[in-house]
Amino acid sequence: MNKKKVRMQNGITYGIVVGCWILVQIMDKTGHMTSLLKGILVPLCMYSILAISLNLTVGILGELSLGHAGFMCVGAFSGAFFTKCMENILPNLQARFFLAILIGAAMAGVCGILIGIPVLRLKGDYLAIVTLAFGEIIKNLINVMYIGLDQNGFHFSIKDTLSLGMDETGVVIIKGAQGITGTPKAATFLIAVALLLLTLFIVLNLIHSRTGRAIMSIRDNRIAAESIGINITKYKLMAFAISAALAGVAGVLYAHNLSTLAATPKNFGYNMSIMILVFVVLGGLGNIRGSMIAAVVLTLLPELLRGLNDYRMLIYAIVLIVMMLFNSSPKAIGLRSVVMERFKKKKAAAKEAA
Amino acid sequence: MRKFVVFGLAAVLAFSLTACGGNSSTDSATTAPAAEGETTEAAADNKESDAAAPAAEGGSFKLGVIGPLTGPAAAYGIAVQNGVDLAIKEINAAGGVNGAVLEMNSQDDEHDPEKSVNAYNTLKDWEMQMLVGAVTSKPCIAVAAESANDNLFQITPSGSAVECAVPENVFRVCFADPAQGTASAQYIGEHKLGSKIAIIYDSSTEYSSGIRESFVAEAANQGLEIVADEAFTADTNTDFSVQLDKAKDAGADLVFMPIYYQEASVILKQASDKEFAPVFFGVDGMDGILSVKNFDTSLAEGVMLLTPFSATEEGSKAFTDAYVAAYGIEPNQFAADAYDAVYAIKAAAEEAGISPDMDASAICDAMKDAMTKITIDGLTGEGMTWDAAGETGKAPKAVKIVNGVYEMQ
Repeated sequence: MNKKKVRMQNGITYGIVVGCWILVQIMDKTGHMTSLLKGILVPLCMYSILAISLNLTVGILGELSLGHAGFMCVGAFSGAFFTKCMENILPNLQARFFLAILIGAAMAGVCGILIGIPVLRLKGDYLAIVTLAFGEIIKNLINVMYIGLDQNGFHFSIKDTLSLGMDETGVVIIKGAQGITGTPKAATFLIAVALLLLTLFIVLNLIHSRTGRAIMSIRDNRIAAESIGINITKYKLMAFAISAALAGVAGVLYAHNLSTLAATPKNFGYNMSIMILVFVVLGGLGNIRGSMIAAVVLTLLPELLRGLNDYRMLIYAIVLIVMMLFNSSPKAIGLRSVVMERFKKKKAAAKEAA
Repeated sequence: MRKFVVFGLAAVLAFSLTACGGNSSTDSATTAPAAEGETTEAAADNKESDAAAPAAEGGSFKLGVIGPLTGPAAAYGIAVQNGVDLAIKEINAAGGVNGAVLEMNSQDDEHDPEKSVNAYNTLKDWEMQMLVGAVTSKPCIAVAAESANDNLFQITPSGSAVECAVPENVFRVCFADPAQGTASAQYIGEHKLGSKIAIIYDSSTEYSSGIRESFVAEAANQGLEIVADEAFTADTNTDFSVQLDKAKDAGADLVFMPIYYQEASVILKQASDKEFAPVFFGVDGMDGILSVKNFDTSLAEGVMLLTPFSATEEGSKAFTDAYVAAYGIEPNQFAADAYDAVYAIKAAAEEAGISPDMDASAICDAMKDAMTKITIDGLTGEGMTWDAAGETGKAPKAVKIVNGVYEMQ
């Protein structure tokens, strides 16, 4: 692809995000926004960030990771933990939230590196299984952690709150399976969109840089890449860590959008990891814009289908299957190209006539 | 192909514009079904939906219900939905509240805090005026933060975590977790059921660990000695021989089990195999042990549990009969809590003298005040009152399983 075309494609991706933001603002001003839509805006951005970040690992680096929710969990808990601890020291919520995002990203990134060093030596299915285990370990670790804060500093236990041994000024911050409660709702749509744009900026620039080409060469042919002197470990680790850090950012957003945060199988278990993978696969491996759109569509769908009651999960599944077929079955692709061909011909004919 | 993606996105946005109206799932309003179709279209525009308000005499109060209607916790959500539905039908048949009928819309939260907020927002689009829910603790905490922000009256039938009722607009029908632990310790101490206590609890649920914590704290005051304190998690809930052996070796004469009935049934089976027969004492999660499939109910003979509701009790007979007739299953505690919640709303609404044309915030202010003044005799307790913190004051009831049925103590 030449530079001009790349720039145009990236411009369209940014344009879609900014366009959606403007559309939402217009709808809000004219009173067309329902509470449901208003409430779901931040999660939409969050899932988009997750999908984009996982696409970096799966689509660009070409390694299957099933532990993405684990990184999100690390980011969510470290971010929310920071916000709760600093409540008295740093009363400005926005500043705290900003720092929490950085901390969440850093913590998840560090975890990414720590996991990546031993794990990235594995390939294919093995990597998938190890990352799957990592996600479960993180979730279970957090479920037994009790951390309290009193005037003497932090107290830590893996049994219960009584064994923390705090004095009367003590506050329990992480309460085992109950997690963190009372995180302030700091995430707004504006911040979420800004983070989404930042994520896009980081990932798109990475892909179209020298580093990105090196990463993709590892995906396409590892031996060839190694033979021309590309440091495989370095580039793999870099992509994996960036992907983890961005998932951490999404985690912080998640934690600051709800007042309660607990590591349950539903939100940080492997179901969530698979969900994110579905966004990526549906949107197209390596297709950043596609994974973003898939995340938005698949998150909105069950909410918009609420009117169908119990049938909504059934419809959701059917829609998912149909979309997958439409996107990737050879027959559907063939059919689509025929339709596109006709469309183009008509356009050309219209031009000639005019 | 790119064009298709763009078209697809445009189509989705267009779809979201038209489809985001408040769709209701189970509408039980007996007098205003005709308004349903109109609200769906008009919900996007606030002015129009006022015009589409039901034409019933005196209008209608819109009650939202949030609970898990699908997924593993669905039994609780469906029970609450049925309980609310039954209470509303009775109240509407008897003339309603302040001359207005009650209307219900229940939304699924899949026992997920994120989905529960979506459900809450969906109900807001429906112009809900009062909320019964959420059913489970974590979603309830998330929803309570939202409803406090909007100043919308909320009463949770069964959200038992302490944080559920922290905002001042939230009230609850059931006991808070610590209250159950404290009440159990007091009951055991007062009735001298045992002195050497073993505890088997699930450290992976907040419900179980919360009750255990307050039980341990209160046990010291009651002169109870805890000789064994054994935990299990959701991953190890199929074999309890280690925990039971420890309890047996320590010479426990009472085993306190603040856990759900599925695990309790396994414990009872294994204990009888080991010929270990102390008093088994459970809390409300144990309710339902007699309906476990393939469970020999004679093993549960003599088990005591602290529960606010029993389907076989004299006072709840009318409710149980009506419930079974309407939904075909036996009601559990969640259904009873929900039923009481609606009657509490009725009593408070009559005390406050609210009318359906008031907005949700004004109703909330009036109801908050009125809730602390009412006293109702419900299924889950007689002379139920509420304090400003939203906690209910009612005496805990203990039941003992005798000849395969619950017997009030």
